[in-house]
Amino acid sequence: MALTREQIESIAALARLELSAAEVPVYQDSLSRILDFVGALERADTASVAPMAHPLPGLSQRLRPDTVTEQDRHAEYQQNAPLTAAGLYLVPRVIE
Amino acid sequence: MSELHHIGLAGAAAGLRARRFSSVELAETFLKRIERNQETLNAFISVTRAQALSDAAAADRALAAGDGGALTGVPIAHKDLFCTRGVRTTCGSCILDNFVSPYDATVVAKLKHAGAVMLGKTNMDEFAMGSSNETSYYGTVRNPWDPRLVPGGSSGGSAAAVAARLVPGATATDTGGSIRQPAALCGITGLKPTYGRVSRYGMVAFASSLDQGGVLTVSAADAALMLREMAGFDPNDSTSVEREVPDYVALLGEPIAGLRVGLLKEFFDKGLDPGNERRVREALKVFESLGARLTEVSLPNLPLSVPVYYVVAPAECSSNLARFDGVRYGHRCEQPRDLQDLYRRSRGEGFGAEVKRRIMTGTYVLSAGYYDAYYLKAQRVRQLISADFTRAFASVDVLIGPTTPTPAFAIGAKTADPITMYLNDIYTIGANLAGLPAVSVPCGFVGKLPVGLQIVGPHFSEARLLTAAHAYQRATDWHTQVPEGYA
Repeated sequence: MALTREQIESIAALARLELSAAEVPVYQDSLSRILDFVGALERADTASVAPMAHPLPGLSQRLRPDTVTEQDRHAEYQQNAPLTAAGLYLVPRVIE
Repeated sequence: MSELHHIGLAGAAAGLRARRFSSVELAETFLKRIERNQETLNAFISVTRAQALSDAAAADRALAAGDGGALTGVPIAHKDLFCTRGVRTTCGSCILDNFVSPYDATVVAKLKHAGAVMLGKTNMDEFAMGSSNETSYYGTVRNPWDPRLVPGGSSGGSAAAVAARLVPGATATDTGGSIRQPAALCGITGLKPTYGRVSRYGMVAFASSLDQGGVLTVSAADAALMLREMAGFDPNDSTSVEREVPDYVALLGEPIAGLRVGLLKEFFDKGLDPGNERRVREALKVFESLGARLTEVSLPNLPLSVPVYYVVAPAECSSNLARFDGVRYGHRCEQPRDLQDLYRRSRGEGFGAEVKRRIMTGTYVLSAGYYDAYYLKAQRVRQLISADFTRAFASVDVLIGPTTPTPAFAIGAKTADPITMYLNDIYTIGANLAGLPAVSVPCGFVGKLPVGLQIVGPHFSEARLLTAAHAYQRATDWHTQVPEGYA
């Protein structure tokens, strides 16, 4: 299966990844080869098999009571942020 | 071999309690070895010398007062994807180059609570995506057995550090073989526990249904001690399993006579290096001499485990890595034109080539029109593989086979074609897909390079795996071999 340049650009757009012009053919080649490789799965007969949802049989996601357990540590967390002001994360203007 | 750096994890804990040496002395010994070998091996991303010495001094005071836990004063290192409060946590990526974690991973907190002293954070493939440590933003780690070769990955820094005796034990994680494969290539012991046995809270997520934290140590006895202190239920991880942690150390001496060992037919295929096969078959003879009973077992769907993995893992990775957006933490591009430009350039600049490849593969297999054909299909085949294991464990106690198809390979040898690299994990991925525990132990050499033997067990059989590995290590001395120049 050969992916086109346009397909790679559309996947990159969905994944919010900026690719350079030089990167596009590299991923075109390797993603095509990966999809060929995983194409081997088609041969497996899975007509009556349910998709696996959890690695441990019989277990599913545990739920917890809907109560507040977190403390307010936003000042500490925001020390890792590239840009903040007045306790808020700053991004470029979204609404004109 | 009487020098302090050969003491091992359990030996260090016992020696400290008997006050034969101090924690400061021990930390200083290993820190010097880390610093002396950093240029050659590149095993660490951060060395936390000052904090380590201050923690070691505190451990010495606790020991003097007769206090302390199972690991008080014992030096360890953490793979750099475990969050460590106040210490840089990069995950081997440019996008987290400046990230200082505001909290400790549960594993880090538990080992701290047991008294362990962290010496630093080890190098790794970027976001744990790689089998050679060549995708790290901080450069390739080199194999202590031969610096021209890879140490394996993704926990390559932890494995090289333990093999070169720069630290007696290190944490690691395993999504498709990232503990066992580097353990095999570096000639040490590596245990990946059952999914849910060790908390994933504070472990930077790659593929959440496969990721599991574990240990890299010299011996199975050391692994038993470290795992006992790390494992257990954690309400902060919704996939953590509420189940008592056995005393792995106390169970080590159990006899293995009568152990029913299944030889995994699919593992002795044409891809297996004849030298590796010889070493593994010799190891099986040792197990027989210890009273184990061998039978051949077939898992017909296992050959599809690598294709299943390269759908499921990238799919989960593309979701997990969506959180790196250049807004709340991590790398942000210069002068973004708008929000989309900020996301796209921050991520494009911050992620390395292999990580981008997996995000895009995952995005594709989850996208409208392809989800059923790829993602759901892979999860169905995963079910078949898991059922194969369940069927096998109805008649055998453990499965034994090689950990990797070949010994360590040259740096650069497999970077051109991702599939060639992916196939290195052909024998390890099955355990991740089925959530099973597995251990790799050294079982000899091909030329001057170590070979790993893999033992896989049913869910929550870590004690059985460690007991079997320990019995083998009492009958052999492969795990005590040290690379030339690091004795």
